[in-house]
Amino acid sequence: MGKQIKVALIGNPNTGKTSVFNALTGLNQKVGNYPGITVEKKEGICKLPRGVKAHILDLPGTYSLNASSLDENVVIELLLNRNDKDFPDVAIVISDVENLKRNLLLFTQIKDLEIPCILVINMADRMNYKGISLDIPYLEERLETKIALTSTRKNKGIEELKELIANYKELSVKPCLNASEIDKPYFDNLQKAFPNQLLYKLWLVITQDVNFGKTDRNEIDAVANFKTKSKADLKRLQQKETIKRYQFINDTLKKGQSIDLANAKDLRIKLDRILTHKFLGYAIFFIILLTIFQAIYDWSSVPMDFIDSIFASLSEWVKNSMPQGTFTSLLAEGIIPGLGGIVIFIPQIAFLFLFISVLEESGYMSRVVFLMDRVMRRFGLSGKSVVPLISGTACAIPAIMATRNIESWKERLITILVTPFTTCSARLPVYLIIISLVIPEGRIIGLGYQALTLMLLYLIGFGAAICSAYILNKILKIRSKTFFVVEMPNYKLPMFKNVALTVIEKTKSFVFGAGKIILAISIILWFLASFGPGEDFNNAEEIVKTEVQNQNLSDEDLQQKVASYKLEHSFIGLTGRAIEPVISPLGYDWKIGIAIVSSFAAREVFVGTLATIYSVGSDQEETIKNRMAGEINPILGGPLFNFASGISLLLFYAFAMQCMSTLAVVKRETNSWKWPILQLTIMSTFAYIVALIAFQLLK
Amino acid sequence: MQTTLAQLKRGERAIIVDVSSIYVPLKLLEMGCLPGNFVELLQVAPFADPMYLNINGAHLAIRKETALHIIIEKTNG
Repeated sequence: MGKQIKVALIGNPNTGKTSVFNALTGLNQKVGNYPGITVEKKEGICKLPRGVKAHILDLPGTYSLNASSLDENVVIELLLNRNDKDFPDVAIVISDVENLKRNLLLFTQIKDLEIPCILVINMADRMNYKGISLDIPYLEERLETKIALTSTRKNKGIEELKELIANYKELSVKPCLNASEIDKPYFDNLQKAFPNQLLYKLWLVITQDVNFGKTDRNEIDAVANFKTKSKADLKRLQQKETIKRYQFINDTLKKGQSIDLANAKDLRIKLDRILTHKFLGYAIFFIILLTIFQAIYDWSSVPMDFIDSIFASLSEWVKNSMPQGTFTSLLAEGIIPGLGGIVIFIPQIAFLFLFISVLEESGYMSRVVFLMDRVMRRFGLSGKSVVPLISGTACAIPAIMATRNIESWKERLITILVTPFTTCSARLPVYLIIISLVIPEGRIIGLGYQALTLMLLYLIGFGAAICSAYILNKILKIRSKTFFVVEMPNYKLPMFKNVALTVIEKTKSFVFGAGKIILAISIILWFLASFGPGEDFNNAEEIVKTEVQNQNLSDEDLQQKVASYKLEHSFIGLTGRAIEPVISPLGYDWKIGIAIVSSFAAREVFVGTLATIYSVGSDQEETIKNRMAGEINPILGGPLFNFASGISLLLFYAFAMQCMSTLAVVKRETNSWKWPILQLTIMSTFAYIVALIAFQLLK
Repeated sequence: MQTTLAQLKRGERAIIVDVSSIYVPLKLLEMGCLPGNFVELLQVAPFADPMYLNINGAHLAIRKETALHIIIEKTNG
């Protein structure tokens, strides 16, 4: 196998960059992180003509090489560092035919770095519709590049693009304009001081606000002549540079592009009139949310029941067909029920990711940002906080990372701090199982009680987020410049391939990420539940036998008694007993206590833990839900999971901060332990108090 | 007549005359908010804030407080 061509995809957000990436790599892609930071790194392999292969790196979307966020920073850091192992042999700049003017700004900047460049003009299928025609040969000449006209939707132009990548060595590396004309003496001096460096690279290093390539920067600062420019001067120069670039682009497009407005049809205007309407817009948004929650409930109930019964019979099968022993018991009572507890939620989580990715892909999410900005600002948030708050319903981790495009640090910090209140998919398993136990079935105006309860819990989550934002806004004394720019992309029918890949990728990482923790915890729990110290545990059988000597119990009942006696005196039982005084005022027994403690690692462990604990004490083939329904409250009698304790548990999980990964991400994004620790203590204390009040009022 | 972008009414068009480089972020300039380019107000949220604009063909929403620092000259139609 020969050398792979290294390709980087660069482009503005909303240009269909990901679609091009998907079209080039198909399923040959993997998502990871850049080392040390939480920016998502997408890479894949693409087969080119004549047996050549290309390694494709999908860089985060950016509007220009003047970075204003961590994600954008990744792009610049890579493009400035020729020694980086990912430094591209060829850069593909993706633009969209309707926003060519703006997209070309980034293109001219990358050309200035003298990297071989291919310009992809995507969404070409919309040209007729918009009355746009392009003079490709002229544009290629003016822009010193090769152009591929593609339509990922119609699957056109991809082969031509592959051909261009394979022949990347023929591409010109000449810049298409001379930006240094904006202040010739300054740039001449700069070049004289650093004759071996690329002028535009120097300029980028000087003007970046963000800290990157520190060494380079210090080197330049060390030469006194170049500190002469004040910040304001530099900003003015950057403005001049931008104007200069646009002049070039306008001149180029005047000849290279013609738009026949008579032929242009604009669906956007009509849709926006309704979707961003002062009243209708909000009503529609609310209806969409309502539909999503109802759908998550209704559509996933069948596959979930199916998975539940599969795991119950699998566990039973292992018990019966494998030789008895410690390993069989670990498998049947520890690992299988533990994993079953997470696999069962795949349908719901997949549906949730499906809806979120459709909202994002269609362009509707930006309208929500627009509608909500004014309202959110009142609570110290930004309209852009809506996206983290909504995607927080999938998982707080990507949601907190999605706050990076919030320009004001105060608004961003508040968003980070309150996002964990939104109902993430890890809470879903806990909610669902408790709702199905304590909330009756039945419907009111077509909506199930259970679905409504779930909806209410989501609203409580948002409510808690908003209220705490309001309080934080009053308390936090941070002055930061606020500004807000949001692009309103065109409405697009979401592409099946993109949505499907997102759903698969996200569900997979959720299941495997959670799966690892759950597997580890179920093994530990099984061990703690299967062994115990001292006489009580080891002689359980004799002790129980003497106790119930005169009761004439059947063999089966006796076994049951022995098992539960053993569990109570196992390591886990003793631990549970120890914490019982703290949690019994909330209506929980020690088994729930263990589940809560173990779910401080991750919430979704709750169900798996209960499944493991209950399964080590029973021989019957039963689903997790049935086992829980059969539990009796040791102090008050009656079912353990009744309305009062159920509501108390729901509220506890709604407010408590039980996710180590989120805390780690908050630490990374805020660069301090102060905020995650504050989050953990305040949220969990609040959760305890609310759950306590709820149980005491309802019992 | 020169005024600020914040005064633009729905459906009106104008030419950008000056953009304060102190109050207006570079990002907005890079998206085409530059002297000489046209701007049209497409839609406003309640309380006329934020404003949904077509600037030089780019569709953006910005807050009123930013619009105050962009000087425009209204054109007819």
